[in-house]
Amino acid sequence: MAAGVAAWLPFARAAAIGWMPVANCPMPVAPRDHGKRQDELIILNVSGRRFQTWRTTLDRYPDTLLGSSEKEFFYNEETKEYFFDRDPDAFRSILNFYRTGKLHYPRHECISAYDEELAFFGIIPEIIGDCCYEEYKDRKRENAERLMDDQEENKDNKLPNMNFRETMWRAFENPHTSTMALVFYYVTGFFIAISVITNVVETVPCGSTPNQKDVPCGERYTVAFFCMDTACVMIFTVEYLMRLFAAPSRYRFMRSVMSIIDVVAILPYYIGLVMTNNEDVSGAFVTLRVFRVFRIFKFSRHSQGLRILGYTLKSCASELGFLLFSLTMAIIIFATVMFYAEKGSSSSKFTSIPASFWYTIVTMTTLGYGDMVPKTIAGKIFGSICSLSGVLVIALPVPVIVSNFSRIYHQNQRADKRRAQKKARLARIRVVKTGMSSAFLHNKRNGLFNELLELPCSEEVEQHLSKTASLLESQHHHLLHCLEKTTAHEFVDEQLYEQNCREGAVQSYPSCSPSLSSQEGPTGTCCTHQARKNPLPDASVPPTCQGALQELSAVHIQCSDQPALSTSRSSLNMKLDDTSRLNCKSGLITTAIISIPTPPAVSPEGDSQPLTSPSMQTIASSNAVKVSTL
Amino acid sequence: MGALMVIFSLQPKQRNKRTDSVEDELELSAVRHRPEGLEQLEAQTRFTRKELQVLYRGFKNECPSGVVNEDTFKDIYSQFFPQGDASTYAHFLFNAFDTDHNGSVSFEDFVMGLSILLRGSVQEKLNWAFNLYDINKDGYITKEEMLDIMKAIYDMMGKCTYPILKEEAPRQHVEIFFQKMDKNKDGVVTIDEFIDCCQNDENIMRSMQLFENVI
Repeated sequence: MAAGVAAWLPFARAAAIGWMPVANCPMPVAPRDHGKRQDELIILNVSGRRFQTWRTTLDRYPDTLLGSSEKEFFYNEETKEYFFDRDPDAFRSILNFYRTGKLHYPRHECISAYDEELAFFGIIPEIIGDCCYEEYKDRKRENAERLMDDQEENKDNKLPNMNFRETMWRAFENPHTSTMALVFYYVTGFFIAISVITNVVETVPCGSTPNQKDVPCGERYTVAFFCMDTACVMIFTVEYLMRLFAAPSRYRFMRSVMSIIDVVAILPYYIGLVMTNNEDVSGAFVTLRVFRVFRIFKFSRHSQGLRILGYTLKSCASELGFLLFSLTMAIIIFATVMFYAEKGSSSSKFTSIPASFWYTIVTMTTLGYGDMVPKTIAGKIFGSICSLSGVLVIALPVPVIVSNFSRIYHQNQRADKRRAQKKARLARIRVVKTGMSSAFLHNKRNGLFNELLELPCSEEVEQHLSKTASLLESQHHHLLHCLEKTTAHEFVDEQLYEQNCREGAVQSYPSCSPSLSSQEGPTGTCCTHQARKNPLPDASVPPTCQGALQELSAVHIQCSDQPALSTSRSSLNMKLDDTSRLNCKSGLITTAIISIPTPPAVSPEGDSQPLTSPSMQTIASSNAVKVSTL
Repeated sequence: MGALMVIFSLQPKQRNKRTDSVEDELELSAVRHRPEGLEQLEAQTRFTRKELQVLYRGFKNECPSGVVNEDTFKDIYSQFFPQGDASTYAHFLFNAFDTDHNGSVSFEDFVMGLSILLRGSVQEKLNWAFNLYDINKDGYITKEEMLDIMKAIYDMMGKCTYPILKEEAPRQHVEIFFQKMDKNKDGVVTIDEFIDCCQNDENIMRSMQLFENVI
């Protein structure tokens, strides 16, 4: 429960009076406020700087150091204050957390120092407020990365238990791990360069033989170039196969972009080997050689920049698409206009609209080759409009795209960050919420025994049980308990609820059967049902109790209730001295049970309408019956 | 290019709308409320000075502006019932506390309400409860009003209950209530019928005393 609303708990409890006239069950007893303390000022001396606050302020968070009894360890008897030998500046934000319920991260503070303070005072960092959370997480991540970098430098020594395959993969991915990897890295780079240069030089005219015109070098020194090509392709093939062998997940490796590039780079050669003799497909074969240029993309393994460029182009695809679309629109418009404008003139190059596309593109991009020129006046007018607008249409979206792209890039980063943080935070909040409700459910089980023990003896047990839950918590649980009584339904946790749904048993129990409530005090059978759903598998009912409880369960069957076998097992939670009290009260149990039959005759069986009984027993007689609820 | 020009011409209108909303926000946040003096509150309620101090400290902590509006109220109240949806019931509660119906609960309203609930006589408490159930404040509780209240209460339980919450549960509960309270069977419950019936019901009488020592 947040600090601020803890102050509103009295209000929520007072407002619960609104449920009372509606409720048909008696309400549970309120938790006793042991020794109403006057609100007193506490002095916290943190390394000489004195902070003062109310005790209740600190009590709002009982699971932290200052809110629990842990602070008693730091109590100084002579000066009557709590002394902490910690940083007073960081303590300010911690104390403010108690006061306002929101934890802030001071930006000038070092992240690790702040984390240490939080850990010392038992506060989890996840409750840092929204205003400061992003900053905190960013700083934390930077710190973590710095630590990781430090670690990696130490880690580059070979880990002893890596097998050959893993070593190879690490060598491929990170060339700096060993000398061999570095050598391999440079060798492959060198051969990629050689291959690309070869492809280029192949087409250069290489001097002429006397009776022929210039031939490209490729045809003059065919053998040499072929050998070069073969060598390169062999190196690439070996490299690809080695990577394939070393990859931890071969399937994923084969699907990755880099391996596809590798395959595309070496495939033309092999296809060419297979197909040299067939003249028909030599045309296609020539086209295939174009793909050899893809070998240049293999450089992206060697260059970080290329990889980033590729990634950013991919992420900016929609912006580029928009640019293309708007350009297409403009081109079509102007091409149409030019075509119709130039239709009249003779020997016009603008033979069709698609033919005018070329003119439009050349003009808009301000290239102006001059191979197509308008001759009519209208054509010239529209042509000039086209070239002017070309400047705008091209020049305007490009910076927009550039800035868009940079904004989207950063936005994506921030959005991913926020999404990752949000999931963790929501999970944390959900855990706290379920913790709260499961704390309530847990306390209900203990609460039964609390109420039981309130009446007769064993003060020690009662004190022990009341210490385990803070007063605030017990008051809150009492409030939830009242709501349960009002609606005659109980809170259960998710699992149990799904179990019940699955069993399909929509049993309409009078969760507060009139009969028993008439005999019993405030707790009534409403408690029975709580106990009923807590089967403790490792329980063994003390034999003396079994008789009485089985009678109870028999009667429950009569009232079309569930057999309360699990009820009996839950009595195991009780300590042994309590079971003896069970025995002595068993006689009273039977009497209570006998008088049951009359009310069921009045109320239709198995329906969910609990009737209030006209006469209520006083609490004094409820001693016996409380036992029977177990 | 023409499309771009059209787009640009549309922009100025939106900017005007935005400046208006900024001014509106300035107005709202200027609302502050300072409660009456301690002595006056002491005279009007049944709390001691110290208790008023404690109450105000808690109140002001959560609502520094001095008033609670309905959304904050719903927020605060929902925190006590994590499993269900407490907003409908909080709405009815808010109307019960906001006695002058000005849309916000000031500290005086808050403390007056609490004074009745915690230190008032049984008659006053029952009066308050009747006021809560009577949504349109016409002096009669009809079945529809009671059904709304009942549904709101059952909403707070949430989904995961034992036994499984059925659709008719609130309606059945309302039927029981009316059977008990509506003596002359005219379909509405008046304040006298309500108080009469509650005073004859030991259960209710006992639970009214339950929260005496909350502060």
